[in-house]
Amino acid sequence: MIWAPLLVASVACYLIKLSGLSLPQRFLEDPRIQRTVPLLPVALLAALIAINSFSTGNHLVLDARAAALAVAGIAVLLRAPFLVVVAGGAATAALVRLL
Amino acid sequence: MFTGASQFAFVGVVGAGGSAWAGAATAVLLGTRNALYGLRLSSLLNVRGLRRVAASHFVIDETTAMAIARDDPAASRFAFWVTGLILLSLWNLGTLIGALATQVLPDPKALGLDAAPPAAFLALIAPRLRGREPIAIALGAAIVALAFLPFVPPGVPLLVVALLVGVIGLRPAR
Repeated sequence: MIWAPLLVASVACYLIKLSGLSLPQRFLEDPRIQRTVPLLPVALLAALIAINSFSTGNHLVLDARAAALAVAGIAVLLRAPFLVVVAGGAATAALVRLL
Repeated sequence: MFTGASQFAFVGVVGAGGSAWAGAATAVLLGTRNALYGLRLSSLLNVRGLRRVAASHFVIDETTAMAIARDDPAASRFAFWVTGLILLSLWNLGTLIGALATQVLPDPKALGLDAAPPAAFLALIAPRLRGREPIAIALGAAIVALAFLPFVPPGVPLLVVALLVGVIGLRPAR
């Protein structure tokens, strides 16, 4: 069942935003909170990239997605727009699978 | 849910075979940064009551960036609301088109669509990788996630990573 977790996450994501506009400033101004919260997206996105590129289920694999990630990385370094990065990655995986 | 990275993450976890609850936890953890955006915005927007309830939904990367880049509060408020309204409309229109398109697409893998989420995450993380610490955190997180992956249920490596960030970030300052 996917709807219950989706609903809970949606409500939680909204309440986080509401709390930012509502909570007393000094709670969120705690230096440790200020330091930790920006690190979370960096760490989680990096972990997601690794998992979605180099694994299938519980197995580590090296396949067309690695090439796709490399191309996406080059596109990012060249400051390509978001859609070009995503389409470049997908097209690379499709091409490698055709070969 | 209107916060892109969290939405992608939820789909990414579930698509990789993780449980929907692990996806939900990851999405919520990714959404925590919006609280800090709210903190930055609250003095600029100065919203109360129903307007605050509505404004909260719009607190995301893009609206924050547009609002804090303005010099006077009126322009900030205008940038926030207009960016929010445009993004909310187009984002959900795009989502709807994508959802309808999957029903006519034959094989997502042949089109390389399974490689699209990591590419999207890479584009999202890139602007945050300024300086040595974020890069070290990103590499460490990727290695830890892959190291745990063979031994725990899908989705759990992400929670391990989040826990480690919490331990490292919240340790008392020396």
